[in-house]
Amino acid sequence: MSEKKIMLGNEAIARGAYEAGVKVSSAYPGTPSTEISENLVKYPEIYCEWAPNEKVAMEVAIGASISGVRAMASMKHVGFNVAADPMYTVAYIGATGGLVTVVADDPGMYSSQNEQDTRQICRAAQVPVLEPSDSQEAKDYMKLAFELSEEYDTPIVLRTTTRLAHSQGVVVLEDRVVPEDKVYEKNIAKHVMMPGMAIKRHLVVEDRMNRMAEDANTLVVSKEGFAKDMPLNKVEMNDTKIGFITSGIPYTYVKEACPNASVLKLGMVHPLPKKLIEDFASKVDTLYIFEELEPVIEEQVRAWGIKCIGKDAFTVQGEYSANMIRKVVLKQDLQINTPAEAPARPPILCPGCPHRSVYTVLNKLKIHAAGDIGCYTLGALAPLNVVDTTICMGASISSLHGMEMAKGKDYVKDWVAVIGDSTFMHTGVNSLMNMVYNQATGTVIILDNSITGMTGHQDNAATGKTLMGKVVPAINIMGLCKSMGIQHVQEVNAFDIKELEKVIKEEVARDELSVIITKSPCALLKEVHFPNKCVPVPEKCKKCGMCLKPGCPALTKNEDGTISIDATMCNGCGLCKNLCPFDAIEEVAK
Amino acid sequence: MAETKNIMIVGVGGQGTLLTSRILGGIILTAGYDVKLSEVHGMAQRGGSVVTFVRYGEKVEEPIVEAGQADVLIAFERLEALRYAHFLKPDGALVVNDQRIDPITVVTGAAKYPDNIIEDLSKSYKVYSVDAAGEALKLGNSRVFNNIVLGVAAQHMDFSKEAWLEVIANTVPPKTVEINQKAFLVGYEK
Repeated sequence: MSEKKIMLGNEAIARGAYEAGVKVSSAYPGTPSTEISENLVKYPEIYCEWAPNEKVAMEVAIGASISGVRAMASMKHVGFNVAADPMYTVAYIGATGGLVTVVADDPGMYSSQNEQDTRQICRAAQVPVLEPSDSQEAKDYMKLAFELSEEYDTPIVLRTTTRLAHSQGVVVLEDRVVPEDKVYEKNIAKHVMMPGMAIKRHLVVEDRMNRMAEDANTLVVSKEGFAKDMPLNKVEMNDTKIGFITSGIPYTYVKEACPNASVLKLGMVHPLPKKLIEDFASKVDTLYIFEELEPVIEEQVRAWGIKCIGKDAFTVQGEYSANMIRKVVLKQDLQINTPAEAPARPPILCPGCPHRSVYTVLNKLKIHAAGDIGCYTLGALAPLNVVDTTICMGASISSLHGMEMAKGKDYVKDWVAVIGDSTFMHTGVNSLMNMVYNQATGTVIILDNSITGMTGHQDNAATGKTLMGKVVPAINIMGLCKSMGIQHVQEVNAFDIKELEKVIKEEVARDELSVIITKSPCALLKEVHFPNKCVPVPEKCKKCGMCLKPGCPALTKNEDGTISIDATMCNGCGLCKNLCPFDAIEEVAK
Repeated sequence: MAETKNIMIVGVGGQGTLLTSRILGGIILTAGYDVKLSEVHGMAQRGGSVVTFVRYGEKVEEPIVEAGQADVLIAFERLEALRYAHFLKPDGALVVNDQRIDPITVVTGAAKYPDNIIEDLSKSYKVYSVDAAGEALKLGNSRVFNNIVLGVAAQHMDFSKEAWLEVIANTVPPKTVEINQKAFLVGYEK
């Protein structure tokens, strides 16, 4: 088979897993890693699932590996923090069936709360890291990762970035080759990490990393099934005035700006090939280390006493570019027009979004919200201005609890925690247990829109459907909360603003823990159909601006102060109509 | 073709720029070129500014188009044309759909939607503007406006009309092939 296809980086990773004979995949959605699982599920030979969080996903993959099959987990960089606990210890255990974790970093923070560098965690956890530069390599390196995992008895991380994950390139497809399952053998010295065993395994880890670092100097992968013979770390000697050590997407910027420079392209960014680097450095006049985010390669190279230019010339922030090299290295004067001043277009909640309705009520009641990770984080921005804090998955509930324990129960009478259904299942549920256990009195609002919304509609344990499309019993959020012993759990339609206002007032005033589940599905779900749409009645309009307060993008203010509603954008949720004190908006059939 | 060609597609989330980049990717691959496409969008599903880069040639290295390097900038909305115009080469073509979508900053009164965007851009760039929504309405299907815009842009790329029509037929849902091809031709023959 030599079919060529344009593939998204994430799609190519899934293809690589398929060709490598992966049998089990577990993941939690997170931009920019989500499409890996969404493409894996298209291969019926692979069992794949959404787990409630990344720690669970990692452990599922570890179990599958111990049982002898090739297995993987995928997640975004901050999800890797959640999975760090099993990762640090499985480094000691190693891999029976090949074990690969794909972790997607987000330089430039297109969709993340921080800009951490996965390579640093992998160094700390003593886990080898591969980093592809395009879709073809993403597929090839996936296969290579499984080979290396089994050969060196180690978990492997394949690191991507948003730019790689969400870029498409040409990929040559090959057939799936499934290696025979490894035979499971009981071996507590290797699989039970208590001190006596772990002390010995730590020596094994050290030895393995040393061997891999040594082998990385010369490692060439030329096995049947790969698109081409691949030196893992590739030297391209050209003009020796300038040399670059680089990897991943930044390699493509180097090739673009300096096609004639010498380049050491690292396919494995941890552990590093010392001899190869020393040899390369000795042959070039000026050595640049060109890596996005943290100086992970640079620090190691400097520690070996090699002179180089890295973060003293290039930033630790955001994405790199070829223009950056043209300016800094080639000292070119780039003739680029100044960007025009244009009003920002930040992302917003969609027309018909149930979160907007809940936030409109919270805004009216002047209640602060400890926020969480999801579309509803956007409630921090004007005109809703409700969300005061956003930290990480699940932190809304626990940080609200911290405020109460610090300042007393009256302090949280004008606070709530807001968290989506998927985030609640992820780690929010642990935080709620803590509130029950330690006798908190705060109010938690679970914004249940029946889907994992922000990452593009993935199912979760509370939606009643699996990644592979099986209909299963949904975990009942209300039942779950009640089973913890919470006395006050109420479900309210997110668009019933009168009822919502009444319930929120009641529950924040109460000296006991309460949970309000605001229920209304995401407006973008196919099955969501509001029968009507909203149209203004200008002759009744008093130009008070109430309808504009929630910031629905379908509404615009006319020059005379009345409003227009874009008929193609309006979802017909009726929020603006219900807010209008003068009946100047009415619903008509779509 | 000696040099890599750089195309940019910009618009507002939800406008369907993805279909346009899929058609572009399809025609480039059919012609036998190397190609890289890159799309990055912000956190919400809809409403934010979205950018797609398409690069093709004998061998494509980086997946992004950088400032000052675009041969063609396809803007599905006026303000987005203004925001990204500086990505064009001095002789690049700016194809703009003459539509206004207010960002939330304008809706809340924090910012003003600039007047005369197309006139101002025409002073510095080669601008080809089209009222795609109006033209699509004439065809009786407001959703096909993307292919009208693509038709205008196709005049600045070196693929044949037949090749475009074929790749459109292979990309859009079977029931909508005819109307999408018609829409493309409205732009292409403008």
